[in-house]
Amino acid sequence: MRTRLITSLPLLALAVSAMGALSAPVKTAGGVSGTITFTGTPPRMRPIDMSKEPSCASQHPTPVMTETVMAGAGNTVQNVVVYISAGDQAGAAAAQPVRYDQKGCQYVPHVLVMQVGQPLEIYNNDQTSHNIHPLATINPEWNKSQPPGTPPIKATYAKPEFITVKCNVHPWMHGYFAVLATSHYAISGNDGKFSLAGLAPGKYTITAWHEKFGTQSQEVTVSASGTVTANFVFKALPY
Amino acid sequence: MGRLFAVVLAVITIVSAAIFIARIWWLPPDISVLGVGIDHQMTETMIASGVLFVVCQLVLAMFVWQYGDAGDARPIKTFPGGATPMVVIATILVSAEILVLTLVGTKVWGGIFLSPPDPSALHIDVQAEQFAYYFRYPGPDGKFGAIHPELIDDGNGNFFGLDPANDTAARDDIVSASLVIPVNKPILLTLHSKDVGHAFYVPELRIQQDFVPGLVIPLHFTATRLAKEEIVCTQLCGLGHYNMRAYLEVESLGQFQQWLKDHAP
Ligand SMILES: [Cu+2]
Ligand SMILES: [Cu+2]
Repeated sequence: MRTRLITSLPLLALAVSAMGALSAPVKTAGGVSGTITFTGTPPRMRPIDMSKEPSCASQHPTPVMTETVMAGAGNTVQNVVVYISAGDQAGAAAAQPVRYDQKGCQYVPHVLVMQVGQPLEIYNNDQTSHNIHPLATINPEWNKSQPPGTPPIKATYAKPEFITVKCNVHPWMHGYFAVLATSHYAISGNDGKFSLAGLAPGKYTITAWHEKFGTQSQEVTVSASGTVTANFVFKALPY
Repeated sequence: MGRLFAVVLAVITIVSAAIFIARIWWLPPDISVLGVGIDHQMTETMIASGVLFVVCQLVLAMFVWQYGDAGDARPIKTFPGGATPMVVIATILVSAEILVLTLVGTKVWGGIFLSPPDPSALHIDVQAEQFAYYFRYPGPDGKFGAIHPELIDDGNGNFFGLDPANDTAARDDIVSASLVIPVNKPILLTLHSKDVGHAFYVPELRIQQDFVPGLVIPLHFTATRLAKEEIVCTQLCGLGHYNMRAYLEVESLGQFQQWLKDHAP
């Protein structure tokens, strides 16, 4: 027993130092930050009628609204995925699972970002069955039933893709998986702000994706220190 | 053994008749104009077939009791056979009864399915899909927007495939997951399905009608009482069929008009 412990010590030390190297902040790194806004009139969000599923409807004292365009003060937009679409160095696949919840007959979060190959865990927190159906076209498409109290569904996606997610039982349930080939991504909050940090100096293409407004890209040059500003302005239509 | 069978037969007959006479598992109270006729027809059918059922079963039990196997091992010589005139008369009597029930019932059935709706009926468009119902009201302009199946987008609440960007009639259409109607007002539904066969069944309205993909099926009724009842799908339509339902809410005219205002898009 003791000999085994002794022989494994150098291995352990090696592993610890390797982990340290991975997680240590890159000293010469800049970033990109900005704000996402829109011009024009965005579509009005509508209340979702969940009356056919009383166990879900009762979880929402005020009606839940659709989440297609979540506008903030000053025409900012929430739920925009901003990521490096070109120029990024290849990184290791993320091992930490991402969590997707079905709660009150809604998908939480509405837009879930994950990396290619990253484990995805889907939970049913409701008293009713769901049948999650990510409408993948590049990756394999599947749908799975999940009765209340059953273990999480586990999945991974091998190719980058923006995937619409729907529930085959509750027509109003609606969300997205953003499967990205980069570890540098952000999702805008209610203030429309995003920031990408830890970028090595160089030229990058950054892309902003929104479920209704589509995508926009721009080139940025990141220096060894400091943060570059990149704002995105989308055009909104009322319908 | 023969006598035991006679007793079991009599007990089954009496118990099953008692369940109907005591109205255990009876229909829920009727809340519609046409329901009166249906309930009347139902009661007549129940009485006519019930009396026949009880009499036949008890006579059978009596014969089994009286003439059951008494150890006579001789084979039956002719079958069918026996009292031919009686068999003929019985068959004619039963046929006549069924025919009469059908003729009387057709009137009630035709009142729902063959007669046109009241010209003043409130028209509501209904779409069934796996596994929910959606109801559409024409809005203040009184006109329904055209349906474009390729524009259907459940996640954004466009269950009917309306095109408000280009179609002004579609802009004020009210879409709801509950069927809200005013009391004592004739209602005309047009039923269509987005995907597979479904059904619209409200026991309290005494109507049940299938949705057939590709067809627009009219259905009319008038609710006579304020109520909140369940609309259920009675056509097996997929894994969530058990959970396919909506609510029918019968409100006063004032409440209904307020509801329309509150739900304007
Ligand atoms: Cu669901
Ligand atoms: Cu159905």
